[in-house]
Amino acid sequence: MTTEQDFYAAPGDTSQGKVFTVTGQDWDSITQSIGESAEERVVVNMGPQHPSTHGVLRLILELEGETVTEARCGIGYLHTGIEKNMEYRSWVQGVTFCTRMDYLSPFYNEATYVLGVERLLDIEDDIPEKAQVMRVLLMELNRISSHLVAIATGGMEIGALTVMTIGFRERELVLDLFELITGLRMNHGFIRPGGVAQDLPPGALDEIRDFIVLMKKRLPEYAALCNANPIFKGRLEGVGHLDLAGCMALGLTGPVLRSTGYAWDLRKTQPYSGYEDYDFEVQTWDTSDSYGRFRIRLDEMWESLKIVEQAVDRLAGLEGAPVMVGDKKIAWPSQLAIGSDGMGNSLDHIRHIMGESMEALIHHFKLVTEGFRVPAGQAYVPIESPRGELGAHVVSDGGTRPFRAHFRDPSFTNLQATSVMSEGGMVADVIVAIASIDPVMGGVDR
Amino acid sequence: MTDDKTDDKSDKNESARPAEERNLEAAKDKTGTGTGVEQAAPEQSPENVPAPTGEVRAVGVRHGMFGTSGTGDTSGYGGLVSAKVFPTPTQKPYGGWFDEVSDALEARLGSTDLTSAIESVVVHRGEITFHVRREDLPFVAQMLRDDEALRFEFCSGVSGVHYPDDAGRELHAVYHFTSMTHNRRIRVEVSVPDSDPHVPSLVSIYPTLDWHERETYDMFGLIFDGHPALTRVLMPDDWPGHPQRKDYPLGGIPVEYKGGSIPPPDQRRSYN
Repeated sequence: MTTEQDFYAAPGDTSQGKVFTVTGQDWDSITQSIGESAEERVVVNMGPQHPSTHGVLRLILELEGETVTEARCGIGYLHTGIEKNMEYRSWVQGVTFCTRMDYLSPFYNEATYVLGVERLLDIEDDIPEKAQVMRVLLMELNRISSHLVAIATGGMEIGALTVMTIGFRERELVLDLFELITGLRMNHGFIRPGGVAQDLPPGALDEIRDFIVLMKKRLPEYAALCNANPIFKGRLEGVGHLDLAGCMALGLTGPVLRSTGYAWDLRKTQPYSGYEDYDFEVQTWDTSDSYGRFRIRLDEMWESLKIVEQAVDRLAGLEGAPVMVGDKKIAWPSQLAIGSDGMGNSLDHIRHIMGESMEALIHHFKLVTEGFRVPAGQAYVPIESPRGELGAHVVSDGGTRPFRAHFRDPSFTNLQATSVMSEGGMVADVIVAIASIDPVMGGVDR
Repeated sequence: MTDDKTDDKSDKNESARPAEERNLEAAKDKTGTGTGVEQAAPEQSPENVPAPTGEVRAVGVRHGMFGTSGTGDTSGYGGLVSAKVFPTPTQKPYGGWFDEVSDALEARLGSTDLTSAIESVVVHRGEITFHVRREDLPFVAQMLRDDEALRFEFCSGVSGVHYPDDAGRELHAVYHFTSMTHNRRIRVEVSVPDSDPHVPSLVSIYPTLDWHERETYDMFGLIFDGHPALTRVLMPDDWPGHPQRKDYPLGGIPVEYKGGSIPPPDQRRSYN
């Protein structure tokens, strides 16, 4: 373990002392070689490939012993240029791109973009009720699956592997529901300008009801496993502290903001998609720490279940109702159906456009290839994603493509709090603090 | 946003639509001369004369309908020239709480003789946008945050927009502010020329803008003066150019499939 052998940084590359590369070899040899140098201050580069950094996040930590004196984040390793790509596709195709940003909450990315497009189209009041309820249903199921991953990976990162396994076990059930309803486990592209892509498949409501019953049995397991667990509490309580003033200054929203006791939830304060019609509570905690954020996520899953229940009841009375706006100049003309070889184009629709109506074929062709035009202007319709305020700044120049779509991703903003949450604490607490923010790097880097 | 919806209705009553159409005509006259195909003047009957309009914000023209050129287009649509016109400034009253915010802002600006800090106000689709002169942006932001009647304590971030054909105002920085106290949301927009892409940084007022300004610099080359460490945040440090600008190509290579070749997205035929 000498600098001569190190191909990551040749001796000439550093002016700040010795470089040690730690990639899982014999620990004794490293501690021995570190022990030889008299310096106490060590700069540790953690990530971007590290099992505990919650994704491809790079942390640059300056340590004195085990105390973090400075913490900085390096992001951008997952930048995929989604916003740029969206400028080269039609308004409807944009959904397919933005759903891939924050991959743990795809429906929220779709919804905020679509709500912005609908505002520019001035069809906000024309969205059918069933489409609204289905959006809420999918978003709340998505909140459950996202919070499950937050708790699961957070548990894994501090060594609570059982939390991880049961978290992913339940998440799988939600993804099964997504697959049933949209055809895909993630990256759905299901919420479209004007409504949703298709109606609920037969039997979906029964499956969701079964899921609700099962979740009500399973969710208490998390509480029993963690809430009063002394090790769990010891790791989380008082760690990653950030008070309300800090949250305001740094623009933090979501569970981190609510853990300060401030009940700010866009579903209540600025309702969209008909959230004002559902009965649910905004969950808060007053400790401003990682433990509070964990408890909020747990409680929010109960609230989401409540909303899902109400949405299912409403959907039961909306069988056969339209799920796409009535304006045929906007509504997606293509129809999907289950055939003998799985999901594909509806044969009825193909027969109609190919054999019966020339106009329908032209209409289909024009809308699918060219798309619709959106009046010039800009809109910003933020929604409450599992991580906080997620908004799409959508700009149109009157064309068939987004002129600009910028996503204000809560992970991106919340991750800025890493320094204030972890400086002065222990190295191990950095992991807990970041897990309590629950950043999703796909959303951070876009 | 329930109260926004009511404002949206009042906005529609102000005949925003016809105004847009009128501006389209006016902008065609302004920008379309010499570029388009020579066309006969429309009949000058009273209903066809464009009404006098205020400031028109045309950010470019759109040619043709099919995005193609050099082909034997006999349809005539290829010669179509239309202006890209954004919603025009709105006159008072804006309706609802928009007036309260605007009045409070003007009252504070009036007491410091910065009355011209706000260039224009646009109310469109139930959202209000204040176009602010760039040198006054920090003062306006400070007021938005601290004034009791305003209290926009939360900033959602800054988003850049590049309008390459909006001469002298090519780069825009768009801020969204939320007042959690009053449950309101506004937009503040600053426009700067491409040749002088400097915007004062707001990090000292809204620390959350640290990464947001870095991202906007990274993607658009907007330089936020006074930012503590304005470096790239998403792209690698040594990356040339600013990817989200309209003059930066999307890139990509043709994809071959079963003998056919599909060009990259930015070179395909497109409908503009």
